[in-house]
Amino acid sequence: MLLITCPWCGPRAETEFSCGGEAGIVRPTAPDTVSDAEWADYLFMRSNHRGLHREQWWHAHGCRRWFIVRRDTVTYRIDGIEKLGAAGEAT
Amino acid sequence: MTQPARLRHGGRIHRDRPVTFSFNGRQYPGYEGDTLASALLANGVHMVARSWKYHRPRGIVGAGAEEPNAVVQLGEGSRTVPNARATQVEIHEGLSARSVNCWPGLEWDLLSLNGLISRLLPAGFYYKTFMWPKSFWRHYEHLIRKAAGLGVAPAERDPDYYEKYNAHCDVLIAGAGPAGLAAALAAARSGARVIVADEQSEPGGSLLYAREPIDGLPAVSWLRRTLAELATFPEVRVLARSTVFGYHDHNFLTIAERLTDHLPEDRRRGPRERIWRVRARQVILATGACERPLVFTNNDRPGVMLASAISTYTRRYAVRAGRSAVIFTNNDSAYATVLDLLDAGIQVAAVVDARERPQGPHFEAARQRGIRPMTGSAVVDVRGRRHVQAAVVASLGTDGTALRGTDTTLIDCDLIGVSGGYSPIVHLYAQSGGRPLFDEQVAGFVPGPAVQPQRSVGGCRGSFALADSLREGYEAGTAAARETGHDSAATLPPGPGTLERHDYALRPLWRVPDPPGHARGARQFLDLQNDVSAADVFLAAREGYHSVEHLKRYTALGFGTDQGKLGNINGLAILSQALGQDIASTGTTTFRPNYTPVTFGAIAGRDLGDLFEPIRLTALHAWHLEHGAEFENVGQWKRPWYYPKPGETMHEAVRRECHAARNGVAMMDASTLGKIDIQGPDAAEFLNRVYTNNWHTLKIGQCRYGLMLREDGMVMDDGVTSRLGENHYLMTTTTGGAARVYAWLERWLQTEWPDLKVYLTTVTDHWATMAVVGPRSRETVKSVCGDIDFEASGFPFMTFRDGAVAEAAARVARISFSGELAYEVNVPANYARHVWEALMSAGAPYGITPYGTETMHVLRAEKGYIIVGQDTDGSLTPQDLGMEWIVSKTKDFIGRRSFSRADTARPGRKQLVGLQSADPTLVLPEGGQIVDEPEWSAPVTTTGHVTSSYFSEALGRSIALAVLQGGRSRTGQTIYVTLGDGRVAPATITDPVFLDREGRRQHG
Repeated sequence: MLLITCPWCGPRAETEFSCGGEAGIVRPTAPDTVSDAEWADYLFMRSNHRGLHREQWWHAHGCRRWFIVRRDTVTYRIDGIEKLGAAGEAT
Repeated sequence: MTQPARLRHGGRIHRDRPVTFSFNGRQYPGYEGDTLASALLANGVHMVARSWKYHRPRGIVGAGAEEPNAVVQLGEGSRTVPNARATQVEIHEGLSARSVNCWPGLEWDLLSLNGLISRLLPAGFYYKTFMWPKSFWRHYEHLIRKAAGLGVAPAERDPDYYEKYNAHCDVLIAGAGPAGLAAALAAARSGARVIVADEQSEPGGSLLYAREPIDGLPAVSWLRRTLAELATFPEVRVLARSTVFGYHDHNFLTIAERLTDHLPEDRRRGPRERIWRVRARQVILATGACERPLVFTNNDRPGVMLASAISTYTRRYAVRAGRSAVIFTNNDSAYATVLDLLDAGIQVAAVVDARERPQGPHFEAARQRGIRPMTGSAVVDVRGRRHVQAAVVASLGTDGTALRGTDTTLIDCDLIGVSGGYSPIVHLYAQSGGRPLFDEQVAGFVPGPAVQPQRSVGGCRGSFALADSLREGYEAGTAAARETGHDSAATLPPGPGTLERHDYALRPLWRVPDPPGHARGARQFLDLQNDVSAADVFLAAREGYHSVEHLKRYTALGFGTDQGKLGNINGLAILSQALGQDIASTGTTTFRPNYTPVTFGAIAGRDLGDLFEPIRLTALHAWHLEHGAEFENVGQWKRPWYYPKPGETMHEAVRRECHAARNGVAMMDASTLGKIDIQGPDAAEFLNRVYTNNWHTLKIGQCRYGLMLREDGMVMDDGVTSRLGENHYLMTTTTGGAARVYAWLERWLQTEWPDLKVYLTTVTDHWATMAVVGPRSRETVKSVCGDIDFEASGFPFMTFRDGAVAEAAARVARISFSGELAYEVNVPANYARHVWEALMSAGAPYGITPYGTETMHVLRAEKGYIIVGQDTDGSLTPQDLGMEWIVSKTKDFIGRRSFSRADTARPGRKQLVGLQSADPTLVLPEGGQIVDEPEWSAPVTTTGHVTSSYFSEALGRSIALAVLQGGRSRTGQTIYVTLGDGRVAPATITDPVFLDREGRRQHG
């Protein structure tokens, strides 16, 4: 069970959080202008990265803030935690 | 009663506390402090099992977790424990145990016939033989299961309870042998918060039988002094009977503490076991090493034991494992056993040493006492069937793979102690993510680099000498404490005194050559529990099972309760030899939790029955109970399902409730609907993005139905949202979807649209919601609410008014999920019962009837209103549901772009339709598949399925909703619903709205 440092609450057990998957998936600002393939890429395709991976986590049973965790998908070592920027995920 | 093999002096048993226990129905005496194994040996009982495949007699081999044979079923009835290792079971008054693997009986075993035909039962035998004919497998399996033995789970409910305990510490130490205790001492003296867990009944590990002194004191005196010092530190816990069984991510470890099983039943208090869930900043693994057997013909006979186990039984339990022993070794450690036997007055008939030139401190000490080993030799065979009678010794060739000649020497004995070296117990290290490495000097796998904040010390690192264990432990304890900010090393008193380091001096001997005239590897057992011999490994290698994981599954090597703790390394080495590769490249199988079996009771803890999952009750729950409601689970909520009157069936109750709602007035507790308070200047824009319809036009005081989609265009939730103020909305969600919708909305706000000024609060439990439904609902609510204008013109459908209902501040909304004139009365939850009872009184003249979810379903289905999650399954768009009317064409919202994806836009998708069965009394089965023709046989293409189906009181017939390919263009056609018993029922496709299509009732 991971020990995740919520940027607002401090280190807490993984059971307090839920993982939102890969970070940095940006919603097309004008969905009508993208092709079906591009839209499908946004909807369904994730990198399934081996190694250091940025992912979204939610402190569901705590402060209920979303934030970014940089985690190694092989060793599960957490390399860093980021608050969401003022512009949110897209930054 | 006497214990014939009990030594007169010594041991850590309590001779003043005799205990009587039973084994296979016979009574035996023992002492408190004995394990079941030591007490059986004290009574001269060696043979404790039959092996699972050949049903050969088997005896006690080890003294700890590695024991493969002495596997027993403890107790009877609801407290019975299957597959306990007799070497780990402490005896107590009244303990009863029986062998798990000796059907029909230990002494006379039908299936030992298997042994005579063992050439017909090679590795993979079951795979090869019982595959054919296929349909017979279930018969074979039944027989094999019975023949294979192992314990049975209790059939009754567990009467005990179990606990979980979350703990944090600076340093967690697994194992309280010399290395672990030295580490604990150093960490404690540094001021760290320490937990030390040890699986045995008392801490000490090998110190409990060690010969060497520490600081000039006997090892047990040092142990006593150390435990006394540790007890003075308030932040140090020493847990006995506590197995660290799992090492998970981020230094999260799990410990199973057994609290009462060692006590007679009448003295047991409190929980039976406790699982510790420990987050440690630093971990020290001091789990020791496990002696490994030597592989020679008939090495499985009762009376063949690990040398270290003989020492343990002799010194710790004062038990003579035999009268005349042969010790067979390839290293120095077994000479300690020789000395222990001599001290206990047990005859050492011979020492057989595989090495040409034995060396080492124990050897030197034994030599001084007159021991002259047979060097360069091996025990190649054993005489005696139910017990060892003699060892057959031969001379080894120079490389150890063949015998020097055909001469053998027969040495009479009743005990053979073997030592093939030690295997470091690297299980926890491997579970932590590390990869064990093969070490030539140790001739075993040792931990590689640490991947978590962790250190391995002592035996589990391949350091087998006591002095090394103490030194490494003390250093690791000091370092781990320092890394957690406890650095007082400068003032630490000196650690345990060190002895001269000595060499293990091992000559690897993975397989003793076969005795003259024997087939290769036959009856040279590697895995005693699974009856895997060297010959099986050779066969597997020959048949192409070259990976260790394949070898394991083909031969069963390393399965079972001991998980190959004894024999795996020998199997890997023999496989490597057969494949002509080194052991390092063969590698090990995966070490997974749990280190030893953990009971389901402990894993479940208190998370059972009512505590398995939270149960949510509305503020009106007590009223529902008092009025005889039957309940149904909706998510975590208990909702009234229907309110039967005495003698009424469910069907009758639901018809009565439906009748009241359509003709008089009825009331339902709708408090479970999710409620999310939405505030902020961008709230309307936010709603516009998450719902399919337009929200900028909603005025204060109005309510609007909304449909929420996932980004892939599929319906995910629905509900009514009211505009309470300029920047203030209250959203309702489905009962089961509340948490999911809230999480979804927060995610979009925080990660995608942080520029929107919107704040969300869940307020589901703040409000009690009562749906007052039916033609007489207006009179009912009006009579307890004086400050709201109830005229239809002043209070139209889909609006709300604030007022006082039965003197409680209320929000009354004209919302209808039944198609009737209806008022939804919302009051602060604390007023719920008062207001509900006032409404019941007010409606009494009109026959007000409480109704539950079943009636709600009938009413909404009559109107064709969907339930998200029942009529939808995550694969339906608003268009599929015929709800284009709620989809805006002028704005973007979540999911809209996906409408034009090829799959979403294609014709022939499943669409929501109504069904009326030809037989109006037949309620079609929900989930029933739809076929187009009445005559069909499997496999058949189904074109849809029934999603909702009820008997409609208002229509006097059954109705159903279904999703059907191209359904809306097929209105009027007949389809066939499968009934699950081979029959089908014809039904006509209709519009999904069965009642009052114009909506006159709800607008009334």
